[in-house]
Amino acid sequence: MLTPEEWQIIGFTLGVATLSTLLILPVGTLLAWLLARGRWRGKSVVETFVALPLVMPPVATGLILLKLFGRRGLVGSWLEQVLGIEIVFTWRAVVLAMAVMSFPLLVRAARVAFEEVNPRLEQIARTLGAGELRVFFTVTLPLAARGIAAGTILAFARALGEFGATILVAGNIPGKTSTLSLSIYGFVQLGQDTAAFRLLAISVGIAFAAVWVSEYVMRSRGRRAI
Amino acid sequence: MKLLFRDVRLPLANFPLILDEEVEGEVIALFGPSGSGKTSILDLIAGLRAPVSAFIAFNSTVLIDTAQGLSLAPSQRGIGYVPQDGALFPHLSVRANLLYGSKRSHEDALFSLEHVTKVLEIAHTLSGGIRTLSGGEKQRVALARALLSQPQLLLLDEPLASLDDALKAKSLALLQRVREEFCIPMVFVSHSAEEVTALCDKVLFLERGQIIRSGSPMEIFAERNITVLELR
Repeated sequence: MLTPEEWQIIGFTLGVATLSTLLILPVGTLLAWLLARGRWRGKSVVETFVALPLVMPPVATGLILLKLFGRRGLVGSWLEQVLGIEIVFTWRAVVLAMAVMSFPLLVRAARVAFEEVNPRLEQIARTLGAGELRVFFTVTLPLAARGIAAGTILAFARALGEFGATILVAGNIPGKTSTLSLSIYGFVQLGQDTAAFRLLAISVGIAFAAVWVSEYVMRSRGRRAI
Repeated sequence: MKLLFRDVRLPLANFPLILDEEVEGEVIALFGPSGSGKTSILDLIAGLRAPVSAFIAFNSTVLIDTAQGLSLAPSQRGIGYVPQDGALFPHLSVRANLLYGSKRSHEDALFSLEHVTKVLEIAHTLSGGIRTLSGGEKQRVALARALLSQPQLLLLDEPLASLDDALKAKSLALLQRVREEFCIPMVFVSHSAEEVTALCDKVLFLERGQIIRSGSPMEIFAERNITVLELR
C-alpha cells in the first residue's frame, strides 16, 4: 500500500508533467509544422536552439532558467512586477523545467510526422477548394497525428523523469516541488533507502507504461501507413 | 476551351520547361516520353508549382501572370486534378474522400454523389475505406472526387497507366462517357496513342520540355507513325 506522502508525490508528478506536456503540445506542433513545411530565414538557428536542451547538461539548462526566471532575472522580475507571478522554487518552476527539457522530443517527433505526410495530398486538397487552414486540420494534422501522439507520450515520459534542471530552478521542497525523481534523490541523501526503492519501483512502472504506449502508437501508425 | 501559355519557364531536373502556345479543344492531350514535362504542365495549370515566368489563361480567366504579380490560389482556380496515383486521402472513407470538395450549396442532379458514383460505377464502394479499393476503383474514386467539386477544367495525369488491358478498355469507355455526360473540358496526359486517339481532339506533343508539334490526333500520329512502344 502507498503512503499518503507517496500518493502526494505521484499525484504532483503526474499533474505537473501533464500540465507541461499540454503547454508544449500546441506550440511544439506548430513549430514542428513550420520546420517541416516552411522555408524561412533563421530556420536552422531555430532548429539548433530547439535541440539545445537535448545535448546540454540539464543542470546548465536549469541554471539558465534560474537566471532568466529568478526574481532578478529578465523574465522573472517582469512576471513578478507586472503579473505578480513567482516562478522559481514553486510548482510553476517544475512545469517550466519539464516543458523546456521535453520540448525538443515533441518537436522532433512531430516534425518527422509532418515530413512523412505526402505533400501531394495537401496539394490535391487545395485543388478541391480547401484553404490552408482546412488543409492543415483535415489532411496534414490527421495524417501526422499518430507521430505527434507518440512524440507527446515521449515528452510526457521525459517530463516525468526530469531532474537536473528542476532541482536548480525549483529546488526539492517536500509537498511543494518534490517530484518522483527529486524525492528518490532526497530519500537517498537521507539514507532512507526503502522509501527510495519504493518510489523507484513506481517510477519504473510509470516509465514502462509511457514507453510501451508510445511504441504501441508508433507500431499501429506503421501498420496503418500507406 | 482555350488554353493560352505565354513565356512559360520552369526549370526541371535536366532541362527547362518552355511553353509559348495557344490551343483550343474540348479534350487536349499532353503526349510525349516520360520526363518530358507533361505532369509539370498540369501542376502549372493547377497552381501547384511556381514558374520563373508565366502567363497562363484558361478561356477568359487568367490563372497566372507573373509579370503582373498575379496568381490565383489553387483553391480558387476551379480545376479538378486527378494525379497518376489518385492521391486519395488515406485517413478518410471513400464517401468522405468524394465529398471533400463537393459544392453542396449549389448541388444539381448532374453533380450529385448518387449520379457521379453511378456513372463511374463505384456506388458499391461508398461505405468502405480506400484500402479496400482496387487500382481501377481508386482511379475512378479520384476522378469522381474531382468531378464532385464541379470544376471548370479537369486535369487527368495518366489515369489508365497502371491498369491492365481489360480494365484499361473499360476505364477508357468510362472516360468517354464522362466527357459526354459532364461536358467538362479536360487536359489528358498519356503515353498511349490509342488512348489519345479515342478520347482527345487536340494533341500537344512534348519533348524535353518543349511542345514540338500540335494538332489533331490523326495529324500527329499519322505523320510521325507513333506508337506507344516508341515512347517508353
